[in-house]
Amino acid sequence: MRKVNNAAAQRPKMHSFRLLGRLLSYLFHYYKGRLIAVFICIAATAAAGISSSVFLQLVLARVITPLTEEGAAWADVSGDLFWIIFGMGAMYVVALAASVFYNQTMAVVTQGFLRHVRNDMFSEMQSLPIRYFDTHTHGDIMSVYTNDTDALRQLISMSIPQVFYSIIAAVTLLVIMLMNSVWLMLVVLLGVAVMAMVSKFVGSRSARYFIKQQEVIGKTEGYIEEMMGGQKVIKVFCHEEQAKRDFDKINDDLCDATDKANAYGNILMPAVMNIGHFMFVITAIVAGLFIMFEVPNLTILGWKGRFGASVMMVGLVATFLNMSRQFSLNIGQVSMQINSVVMGLAGAGRIFELLDEKPETDDGYVTLVNADIAPDGTITESAERTGKWAWKHPHQADGTVTYTELKGDIRLFDVDFGYVPEKIVLHNITIYAKPGQKIAFVGATGAGKTTITNLLNRFYDIADGKIRYDGININKIKKADLRRSMGIVLQDTNLFTGTIMENIRYGKLDATDEECIEAAKLANAHDFITRLPDGYNTVLRHEASNLSQGQRQLISIARAAVADPPVMILDEATSSIDTRTEALVQKGMDALMRGRTVFVIAHRLSTIQNSDAIMVLDHGRIIERGSHEQLIEQRGTYYQLYTGAFELE
Amino acid sequence: MIKTLAKSIREYKTPSILSPIFVSFEVILECLMPLVIVWFLDALEDWHTIEEGRVMEVILVYGGALLGMAVLSLAAGMLSGRFAARASAGFAKNLRKDMYYAIQDYSFANIDRFSTSSLVTRQTTDVTNVQMAYMMIIRVAIRCPFMLIFSLVMSFTVNVPISFVFLALVPLLAAVLVFVIFKTHPIFERVFHKYDNMNRSVREDIKGIRVVKSFVREDFEKKKFEAASEDVCKDFTLAERIMAVNTPTMQFCIWLAFLLIFLLAAIITGQAVEANKVELAVTGPDLTALIMYASQILSAVMQLSMVLVMIIIARTSAERIVAVLNEKSSITSPENAVSEVKDGDIVFDNVSFKYSKDAERFALEGVNLHIKSGQTIGILGGTGSSKSTLVNLIPRLYDVTEGAVYVGGVNVKDYDLDALRNKVAMVLQKNVLFSGTIKENLRWGKEDATDDEMLRVCKLACADDFIQSFPDKYDTYIEQGGTNVSGGQKQRLCIARALLKDPKVLILDDSTSAVDTKTDAMIRRSFREQIPNVTKIIIAQRVSSVQDADQIIVMDGGRINAVGTHEELLASNAIYREVYYSQNKIGNAGAADAAEGGAAHA
Repeated sequence: MRKVNNAAAQRPKMHSFRLLGRLLSYLFHYYKGRLIAVFICIAATAAAGISSSVFLQLVLARVITPLTEEGAAWADVSGDLFWIIFGMGAMYVVALAASVFYNQTMAVVTQGFLRHVRNDMFSEMQSLPIRYFDTHTHGDIMSVYTNDTDALRQLISMSIPQVFYSIIAAVTLLVIMLMNSVWLMLVVLLGVAVMAMVSKFVGSRSARYFIKQQEVIGKTEGYIEEMMGGQKVIKVFCHEEQAKRDFDKINDDLCDATDKANAYGNILMPAVMNIGHFMFVITAIVAGLFIMFEVPNLTILGWKGRFGASVMMVGLVATFLNMSRQFSLNIGQVSMQINSVVMGLAGAGRIFELLDEKPETDDGYVTLVNADIAPDGTITESAERTGKWAWKHPHQADGTVTYTELKGDIRLFDVDFGYVPEKIVLHNITIYAKPGQKIAFVGATGAGKTTITNLLNRFYDIADGKIRYDGININKIKKADLRRSMGIVLQDTNLFTGTIMENIRYGKLDATDEECIEAAKLANAHDFITRLPDGYNTVLRHEASNLSQGQRQLISIARAAVADPPVMILDEATSSIDTRTEALVQKGMDALMRGRTVFVIAHRLSTIQNSDAIMVLDHGRIIERGSHEQLIEQRGTYYQLYTGAFELE
Repeated sequence: MIKTLAKSIREYKTPSILSPIFVSFEVILECLMPLVIVWFLDALEDWHTIEEGRVMEVILVYGGALLGMAVLSLAAGMLSGRFAARASAGFAKNLRKDMYYAIQDYSFANIDRFSTSSLVTRQTTDVTNVQMAYMMIIRVAIRCPFMLIFSLVMSFTVNVPISFVFLALVPLLAAVLVFVIFKTHPIFERVFHKYDNMNRSVREDIKGIRVVKSFVREDFEKKKFEAASEDVCKDFTLAERIMAVNTPTMQFCIWLAFLLIFLLAAIITGQAVEANKVELAVTGPDLTALIMYASQILSAVMQLSMVLVMIIIARTSAERIVAVLNEKSSITSPENAVSEVKDGDIVFDNVSFKYSKDAERFALEGVNLHIKSGQTIGILGGTGSSKSTLVNLIPRLYDVTEGAVYVGGVNVKDYDLDALRNKVAMVLQKNVLFSGTIKENLRWGKEDATDDEMLRVCKLACADDFIQSFPDKYDTYIEQGGTNVSGGQKQRLCIARALLKDPKVLILDDSTSAVDTKTDAMIRRSFREQIPNVTKIIIAQRVSSVQDADQIIVMDGGRINAVGTHEELLASNAIYREVYYSQNKIGNAGAADAAEGGAAHA
């Protein structure tokens, strides 16, 4: 199976607007009320911020101009001044309260939403079939949790409120301008259009180079990782100089990409700011022309005097100046968000992709129950743990329920399987494993050994044939119950961060300490655990690197032992252990295998010699089967493997 | 720290200096523009005093001046942005390069001190953090104080009493911002730790998904993850809420400034009028200018606080980078080094070794050995018996703590390192192939190796057969980490790569563990027949891999337990006997026989 390196590249990209829409509805799903309140508060804050220019106009018209131009006395204007300042103050207080509210709420909403997203993703991920994990690199899945979720944070906490703020501000500005002069507004709008175009041009380039930069960073990181991992080999081969030369090439590429991305990013702000200045100059020139020709002024409220003839001239121009500046600032703010919007949406796309994955289906209805077995063989269901288990099989046809004792009898009949339908990798696999028998699989890498075990616990579903468990078709058994009845020990031990006790208890969550210790004793792990300074409370960290491979394997065996399943699958459980430790692990495994149906895959043939049956697999077919003695007798492939004439890889 | 980092600026000094210069231009222009605007508006205000027809002239003069300033400011802004990008990208490049080069000069002891993943992070994430901070420093950190001072000065030229409002507000805003930074910083430090925890829980779940599903622990994992995610959410929310104080504070300051400006302007004008000093009155243009300066001043303070945050984040990264740069290689070639290795004669003279000075235990103690040129030596011993440590001293990958190691009669410390290591070829236990074709990988041994040479060593290492079976033969592409060849094939390629050096000493550190016994025997036989003069040292787990060696060294707990031939050791050494019988009891007896038989037939 090839890993798909970039899952996103394989699928058609969701359209940005649909993506944004979906993201917003997802956000609203969790925080509808609060978000509406936030948007109202943002609107209030934005409107208050913008209307400062209205107050400027008012102060000029009602206070300053009367004083300086019209000879009014302080007493005549102080009343107006008081009301203006009071009105301003009152508005600011309200706006400030709104601002505090929305900023605080957004902080809570952003982090809360991210938690929901993470939990939803994780929960979804738990329901995905093994196929998903086999076809995606772990790095790619991880990156959805880290990079993509981080990008989403930027988008939600910064970009969305900022863009909304700017839209409200722009609308408010438009209204104010309409009330003052339609002509000048048109001039400003023209400037805005130019500015928007420039922002889009520079911004989209900046975003493109940022994405390119991400790619190059990925490449460089991969290269550095490979080289750092092989640093000792570099030393041994005196390869330092060439390693430097190769690195320089990649490093220069990265420098180039970073340079371009940042250059565009850095140009954006001055460009937008100065277009604001151009806009001002053009407004002034147009205003001058209007003054010269005394053009009648049109406002939304009707014709209002003529340019040049009105004393309001300066106030008007000053207001427009302020507003064109505000306009450019807001557009500048929006364009600064382009990068984080692009990256955030790309992240959201990958998050939705994960959430849209199809969960594992389970049509099983046969369940595993605690059972009382009477001496005459009749089975009754029990509410408590009895140590005996039975399959509870409801029959839909007549509504009756039958119970079958869980014994661990597994049979495969003519099973075919392919990871993809067009390529069958297992052909006509037929195996009978009676309760308590040990069945071994031998064969080269890719022969299909692990694939067979994947079918038993339904990590994958067979293409053709039948698998029966205690006589029941495994498709009828609920997956959770099927898996609970099978233990598994893999070459990769996959212990979790936590104490040794917790790791053993993973096999049976309600196991007492005594049960866990019993299991550890059975697995031959008790001795070394008690010799650790903290014993069973030793905390495993960094994938349990503080233990040797053999010790980790013993713990994983104990973990399977405490679950006490009737069927065990041991997949290459001892292959990366040196021969001296193996003897120890082997004893643990032997103890574990006693009385269970066991499927074992082993690299070292010594591990499987005492199996009831050995299946030699080649290219998905069983080419030899029999006990060790029978197979040696046959002088076939097994014999050659055994005598070391072939290597097992 | 800054001194060390600054060394990496080098050829990017010019843009690093040009960027702040252009930033200063930009700031000056930006601060002058409101002033010109004031003059412009003043002129417009008096338009009716201007002669008929000259209104346009006024507009064009001031408009033209403003336009010119805007163009210059745009140019300065773009250039400073351009240079800042160049300078920071270049600085980052040099930092990465300097680190990478420094690491190339590291000895094994240096490499052991840093983990691979930490070296990768230092060259990527940490450099990016420093790069961002550097760009902020040469651009924004220069821009903001300039902006602050210029705007203040300019506002004083417009109106002195009102400007004092700014002087009062700047410290208020700054105080809140600094408070926020120092309040959130420890939370962030703490939360990143929890964030790692959460991610680890995801990683372990993904890696162990088969275990999770086999034990039907999906819900258990969900609960575990949700607890971790809740933990992260709580702290991040707290930090974000504290940070969310910034925006309203900024708004409060700016609105308060507006209010005070308007109020003061009205009062001052009123008093001026009453005192009949109209020239002291605040005009409309003055007000406009003051409002512009108010926004400029306060946003400068705001941006400055952002730079401060960047610098705080970058500080930890910078420290980690400097640690790599300042790490001195513990092993270097001596002056007047010996550049030729005479033969493969090796002597250990009372050698003891510790991995670090402070280590309590010696990894090797009191080792005395003489290996004659051309001999084949096997080394056997349990995990942790310091087999690898012993051979690592021969190509001087580590320096002895006591005693001396001689190769070809010369102390290894007197050799030129390249000369020594080119003649002492070592196949490491944890070996790696690099992404690239088989040929490219082989050429690590000898850069200009011909196809014939490669064919010869591959035959020697029994690698030619399987290489020929690949569709692309010697041009087969090896994936990163050599994942597309089997373990045994990988090991044989690594041996071939080492043989290409044409060494005088060849060390195989457990390098045939995944090779089947028959091929293993064939490799040893071809060594014996075709490179008889090369000293061969073979560390192995399997007795069969070493039993035909001239001498077998049994290591135990950092000491040589016994030296002898297979027969001698079998007769006299307990450890050797135990290993031999344990391996043969569990089924390799037949294997060993068959291997010997196969070798004899071939």
